[in-house]
Amino acid sequence: MGLEEKLPNGILLASVEKLVNWTRKSSMWPAQFGLACCAMEMMATGATPYDLARFGMERFAATPRQADVMVVAGRVTNKMAPVLRQVYDQMSDPKWVISMGVCASSGGMFNNYAIVQGVDHVVPVDIYLPGCPPRPEMLLDAILKLHAKIMDEPLGPARARDKLESGKTTPMIPSSVKYAKDPDKLAGPRDPNGASGGIPLVEGGKR
Amino acid sequence: MGVLDPLKGFGITFATMFRKVATEQYPEDYRPTEQRYHGRHQLNRHPDGLEKCVGCELCAWACPADAIFVEGGDNTEEQRYSPGERYGADYQINYLRCIGCGLCIEACPTRSLTMTNFYELANDDRQNLIYTKEQLMAPLLPGMEQPPHPMRLGEDEQDYYVNGPELARKAQEEAP
Repeated sequence: MGLEEKLPNGILLASVEKLVNWTRKSSMWPAQFGLACCAMEMMATGATPYDLARFGMERFAATPRQADVMVVAGRVTNKMAPVLRQVYDQMSDPKWVISMGVCASSGGMFNNYAIVQGVDHVVPVDIYLPGCPPRPEMLLDAILKLHAKIMDEPLGPARARDKLESGKTTPMIPSSVKYAKDPDKLAGPRDPNGASGGIPLVEGGKR
Repeated sequence: MGVLDPLKGFGITFATMFRKVATEQYPEDYRPTEQRYHGRHQLNRHPDGLEKCVGCELCAWACPADAIFVEGGDNTEEQRYSPGERYGADYQINYLRCIGCGLCIEACPTRSLTMTNFYELANDDRQNLIYTKEQLMAPLLPGMEQPPHPMRLGEDEQDYYVNGPELARKAQEEAP
């Protein structure tokens, strides 16, 4: 981008990187790309009961030039694929893509001539979100995992090279585990096998 | 139209501040799913730890999205994973295809495949979303033993299918 690409590695850049990533993840405006039933869950996520605005995603932009993250919600037909690519190209950098639902992620149950078998054929995808359709909590979980990824993004080519060489990836921890206030008193569903860090499944928990 | 009418509107906005918040604070606090929510799958075990899956592939045949891959294997006396002749040697579910319809659960003849309430599956890697048998197997509960091991609760698979729980209870009473 500018000066930071020519600077050597140092403590200043690490702090700037954190600050830049924090500002980026704290106000991501979504470009809606609702194509099917997943869009209903996406709208529900934006509405009062789940309130996407808590994560700085105030406004679903129909204008790709003012958006940071594209939520591809629904099955993409072959005819829609060029439109999807154009909307993605019109978004300004930095930009991210969430592939919401199984149809967007891999074609889902529509394994036929009309549907693109995964939007990663058309645009680079950052987070795959399975589910048919995913419930609003799953979308929020995907967004929070994307936040974690953005916080680990390197600033400048030197740091990007360092990160590539170290081979570090962002761990995909379930959000209800990562942000739990009291891990012993979890009400919601837990992954019985690992991923939760050995936290037992609580049955019939109340809110 | 009175002079104070516009203020009434603000009054509603003001009063809303004191009402209960409807928003679910998802990552910290949230409602549990319904008990029979179609979440991630699980492959269950018999009370002694042997796998319930017999590798019949009925789940894979029932799946409308072709998300399940099963490969059966033959049990031998030395290498026994499930009661009976066959067991699921390889088992994979592609969560990028699975639509959570539950037809596989209905198709399963031994009640091996069920669904948990876990749903936070999002990942940044396609490969990680193909769950393998190790990830899908139910955890070993107390009293269970990691297969392969011989049938502990009965002579043949009929004992397991017909009176599995009673035999498990009897074995537990005898053990300690």
